[in-house]
Amino acid sequence: MSTAEALVLPATRTSVTWRLLRSELALTFRRPRNLVMMAILAAVPIIIGVVIRLVGSEGDAGGMIAQTAGNSLMLTVVSLFVLVPLLMPVAVAVVAGDAIAGEAGTGTLRYLLTAPAGRGRLLAVKYLNAVLFGLALTLTVATAALLTGLVLFPAGDVTLLSGTTISLGEGLLRVLAMVGYVAAGMAALAAVAVALSTFTEVAIGAIAATVVLIIVTQVLRAIPQLDWLAPYLLPTRWTGFDGLLRDPVPMSEIWQSLLAFGAYIVLFCSLAWARFTGKDITS
Amino acid sequence: MTVESPAELTVRAPERAPAAPPAAEDPAGGAAIVTRGLTKRFRGGQVAVDGLDLTVPAGSVFGFLGPNGSGKTTTIRMLLGLVAPTGGTHELLGLPLARALPAVGAVVEGPAFYPYLSGSANLLRFDAANPAASGRDAARRVGRALERVGLSAAAGKRYRAYSLGMRQRLAIAAALLTPRRLLVLDEPTNGLDPQGTREVRALVKEIAGDGTTVFVSSHLLAEVEQMCTHAGIMSHGRLVAHGTLTELHAGRSARLRVETPDLAHAAGILASLGLADVRAAGEEVTAELGEHAPDRVNAELVRQGVAVRGLAVARPSLEEVFVGLTGEGFDVDG
Repeated sequence: MSTAEALVLPATRTSVTWRLLRSELALTFRRPRNLVMMAILAAVPIIIGVVIRLVGSEGDAGGMIAQTAGNSLMLTVVSLFVLVPLLMPVAVAVVAGDAIAGEAGTGTLRYLLTAPAGRGRLLAVKYLNAVLFGLALTLTVATAALLTGLVLFPAGDVTLLSGTTISLGEGLLRVLAMVGYVAAGMAALAAVAVALSTFTEVAIGAIAATVVLIIVTQVLRAIPQLDWLAPYLLPTRWTGFDGLLRDPVPMSEIWQSLLAFGAYIVLFCSLAWARFTGKDITS
Repeated sequence: MTVESPAELTVRAPERAPAAPPAAEDPAGGAAIVTRGLTKRFRGGQVAVDGLDLTVPAGSVFGFLGPNGSGKTTTIRMLLGLVAPTGGTHELLGLPLARALPAVGAVVEGPAFYPYLSGSANLLRFDAANPAASGRDAARRVGRALERVGLSAAAGKRYRAYSLGMRQRLAIAAALLTPRRLLVLDEPTNGLDPQGTREVRALVKEIAGDGTTVFVSSHLLAEVEQMCTHAGIMSHGRLVAHGTLTELHAGRSARLRVETPDLAHAAGILASLGLADVRAAGEEVTAELGEHAPDRVNAELVRQGVAVRGLAVARPSLEEVFVGLTGEGFDVDG
């Protein structure tokens, strides 16, 4: 066997990273566990839609529920409000918390690193994979909600939370913006979970730690004396997507939230990188 | 060869074992692995590897021996960049680690794969992690590697359903995905039945025949003796000896065993011929053969009227070499 052949590198670093990412995505989106989570979350809007359809027909519901019954797009908003505080973050935490710890637990981490995937590249690919899973999850939920809404409720102009009315087309654009916003929020959580994942060889530990963090911050948020802390907590920022349903959209708040997500991503990715690149792999 | 503990081995000029194929052209001057003072002290203060000076010549089949817990796996993890040394340096193929690793295949501490993926999907996964492998001919590479270890028929079967022997072979297939210059095998026959062990041995010989350096760790000395050209012996984190098998054996010279009823007479002749450490027991006289030719010794015994019933030269096994060097038993159960 020729030594030259062994040392020829493919064209670019990008193509190498892209190939590893594709392999990672294939693992994530073929894994039954992840598909089941996506299916369950996609079922939530359908259940909510059917329930509202039944209750709404009795004509006594108020607020957002009444609006949902009046317009197909609103089901997407309601579904995200139900799922974003806990269920979607848990699903993202399962994939992101598994990132490094899962590979360490099965021992495949040592083979990926001697392949050699490169620690920085592997971490980047793992994080990107978790971000894309969060995006896919949000898109799946939004799509399920939109389709259910279109089937069960009248389509047409959308009345916003602030009372103004916009066209269906602009409404769809705003839903798309909400998906982007929520996915950014999930990306911030994924950074926390991936960082925790570099500290253990037990995937369930990293996942549980992330979920506990989410619940603790939700509790902290509910304590009035800690109001000053709320803007710095991820769950506070997650539900900020309702701003996109007002007229005018409070852009400064939206930007602040996106900035907060960015800060979490930078901070926890740095932590993960520092930990993972200096770690002894003994699993 | 270097000797660090009870100094019984003589230092000789490096000599290539007869079985070693010619080394590939190598900028590092013919060494596949070089470590200098390589040390790992774990956080608890325990020293797993202590000042390891190891040179593995290119083209050799190097047996890395020692009881369980003697620091073999930690050394291998350091060589492959999984564990950071706390002291010393190491180099593979004369290259920086990141550039060397694509040319290094490794099986470290047993197979580890994704249980819910098939054998070939598992190999594709690790192939995708190798920056020196292009995606275009990945399927062909995987097919060839599976064929080489005899797993073609089980390629589509989930790893979960693989037997231990199949898992071990899949790990070797993963190490053979791309052409390698160095193969690091950590206990490759662990858990294999005698047939599987023979297959692995044959595979190692075949790979070495291609000019690939093979670094194989084992706690089974007899196994290594059958396939290696060189060996290094670890004990308590230190390398107590390393060199070609001939050199290692040379340190503890072969013993001549004479079966005879004329014990005292025979012992006297052996001593007068200059053989050292003559011992008589039962119906046997034994002595260190040294540089003497056994047939000449026999002729002399017979000429002086000793009735020789049997005569044999017993080469010390590596296990005896180990016991001689460390003064302790080679506890296989560790």
